[in-house]
Amino acid sequence: MGQKLVIDPVTRIEGHGKVTIQLDDNNQVVDAKLHVVEFRGFEKFIQGHPYWEAPMLLQRICGICFVSHHLCGAKALDDMVGVGYSKGVDMLPTPEKVRRLGHYAQQLQSHVTAYYYLIVPEMLFGMDAPPEQRNVLGLVEANPELVKRVVQLRKWGQEAIKTVLGKRMHGINSVPGGVNKNISIAERDRLLQGEDGLLSMDEVIEYAKEGLEIFYDFHEKNRHQVDTFADVPALNMSLVDKDGNVDYYHGNIRITDDDKNIITEMDYHDYLDYFSEATEEWSYMKFPFLKALGRDAGSVRVGPLARVNVTKSYGTDTPLAKEALERFHDYTKGKANNMTLHTNWARAIEILHSAELIKNLLNDPDLQKENLILMHSKADWTGEGVGVVEAPRGTLLHHYKANQEGNITFCNLVVATTQNNTVMNRTVRSVAEEYLGGNDIITEGMMNAIEVGIRAYDPCLSCATHATGNMPLDVSIYDAKGKLFANKRR
Amino acid sequence: MNTEITIDGKKIQAQIGKPLIDVASDNNIYIPSLCYMRGKPCLGTCRVCSVRVNGHVMASCTVPVYEGMDIEVETPDLVDMRKALVEFLFVEGNHNCPSCEKSGRCELQAVGYETGMMVARFPYRFPVRTRDHASKYIWLERDRCIFCQRCVEFIRDEETGQKIFSIDNRSTNASIEIDVELADKMSPKQVKRAADICPVGCIIDKDLGFNKPIGERKYEIKSIKERILKGKPNE
Ligand code: SF4
Ligand code: SF4
Ligand code: FES
Ligand SMILES: [Fe+2]
Repeated sequence: MGQKLVIDPVTRIEGHGKVTIQLDDNNQVVDAKLHVVEFRGFEKFIQGHPYWEAPMLLQRICGICFVSHHLCGAKALDDMVGVGYSKGVDMLPTPEKVRRLGHYAQQLQSHVTAYYYLIVPEMLFGMDAPPEQRNVLGLVEANPELVKRVVQLRKWGQEAIKTVLGKRMHGINSVPGGVNKNISIAERDRLLQGEDGLLSMDEVIEYAKEGLEIFYDFHEKNRHQVDTFADVPALNMSLVDKDGNVDYYHGNIRITDDDKNIITEMDYHDYLDYFSEATEEWSYMKFPFLKALGRDAGSVRVGPLARVNVTKSYGTDTPLAKEALERFHDYTKGKANNMTLHTNWARAIEILHSAELIKNLLNDPDLQKENLILMHSKADWTGEGVGVVEAPRGTLLHHYKANQEGNITFCNLVVATTQNNTVMNRTVRSVAEEYLGGNDIITEGMMNAIEVGIRAYDPCLSCATHATGNMPLDVSIYDAKGKLFANKRR
Repeated sequence: MNTEITIDGKKIQAQIGKPLIDVASDNNIYIPSLCYMRGKPCLGTCRVCSVRVNGHVMASCTVPVYEGMDIEVETPDLVDMRKALVEFLFVEGNHNCPSCEKSGRCELQAVGYETGMMVARFPYRFPVRTRDHASKYIWLERDRCIFCQRCVEFIRDEETGQKIFSIDNRSTNASIEIDVELADKMSPKQVKRAADICPVGCIIDKDLGFNKPIGERKYEIKSIKERILKGKPNE
């Protein structure tokens, strides 16, 4: 008799969605889908508000990647008031560097949270471990020293965010054309040297290196599983600088294939010329794809794995991350890496990369300069803006229009989790086939494998649906007659 | 001419005819207030400055000092009444401080803190109010208007003295209106004054935005109470 699985909620991811798995009479997987069942609210809600409120209001979509939303909005506003990249104007050095500092700090903070709270326990205890153990509390028991360090790392990330944005969460720093404050010497020194209860910059880098070691160790011991789990193809997409290396704050959008050939490279202001969004009745989350290649071949992966696939190298000013990236690239011998669990490797590399980038910035005297805003007048007004940044989870886009009076008339957000929609669905399907297919009994470990696959993307479903508030996720398995066979909600 | 009055049992020499609220602050007694601006004619619209004078509740900004006054300020029921009046102002409009650029420099918010307001104990009215962004320099975010009438009285056309702002309708239908033609003649300085004089984030200077970093905003540097007690609310 055929069966259908539903996992509900997929825990430990930001937001809420639902997975359904359809089995046939032989218990083989015939279909597996990640549904996101929530309505998009923010794009409508922001209409009618003054344009300069957008980065403030829209960052509240998310409690994790709010800095990305804030900066994406800020870049769109730069365009709108006529001093943005759309007019070929470069941001002044100080505001650009202050924004970057906040951005990298959030990347560190967000990756550390995802990696240590959600992923490391999985790696240490295995997918079959009981759920009570397979979380950060289990980690406290098994390795209290590590947990202490993680807590300190997160705290440092939060303090760095607070230094730039005034608050640990949902602060304010960017205004059209620049920022409202620079970084004082005292603030800088506090982050560099640390203080009682606050790590120093060098300790942060040291801990970041250890994070990578945890992955290496795990990989060594579980090579087969790590390398074969959900090896799913997709194009890779990231913002890159002129040398083709990832730039988390600004650049062109580059898309590469399995051989790392460039498929497309675009100014992100032209995003809509290249991308289309498909919709499905079973999910509120859209499915973006490259028009030229069509829905199936033209779907992209974004986020840590995509970025390390696209980027050629890191700069010599981040030597530790550079070396780690070379090891990563060597592993697949110049080909793109499609192994879903290697996303966690990529994430650990990016923790180190952000830490090194932050250190370089903190040592840059531009942070203390006074020239904070690019002046603009009514004559510069364009009324439209697009911002793109590499958020922790991948490429994020905000697009606004406002009328002459400054009233927002249009808003479109394309977030990383949405970009990853197709590849996440492929992952769910692959894991379901591999771990569940053909079995009569569905175990906790099998169900959990589905979650592990989804969690590798660290999806943010509250971002993806722009919903106000949180939503959990749910996995159900249905049999061939459409009857619920197993359901998971923890 | 001076006379002796008592505030909360304390004997105070005060000048006859002087607004009671000023006498209090000159003697280091803070009475929360919203519509009142020292040195300007009192508006008496918000009632947040309510105290008891010889047994009767009165708005202290509206009362000139006279002989034989016995005043209560810190009596618990009065403290609670003032807090309730502030709560009313919150539930009457639509206030979303986290995304409001006036946050940290908003008098309503600051007085909310001073009166110890945590949540409003009254049901929110969620009024539906439109915004007005037709004028060149000023954005009216009506959701936040508390109808104090400061703008109506104190911001006038510099040539003719005509009112630029007015309040249309009454009660729950009241609406702050702006004369766009006159408003578009305002100098940048006057626009700034209008935005500053508005105790809340209703009159917004279109060029201002979130220009002050968190931690450096007016009432984060010095509380409204301290400012009023010093007699220099804007320094
Ligand atoms: S006007 Fe004041 S009370 Fe109202 S939302 Fe703005 S900051 Fe808050
Ligand atoms: S717009 Fe501001 S100043 Fe004018 S009545 Fe409303 S709250 Fe008072
Ligand atoms: S301050 Fe006295 S009535 Fe408003
Ligand atoms: Fe998010």
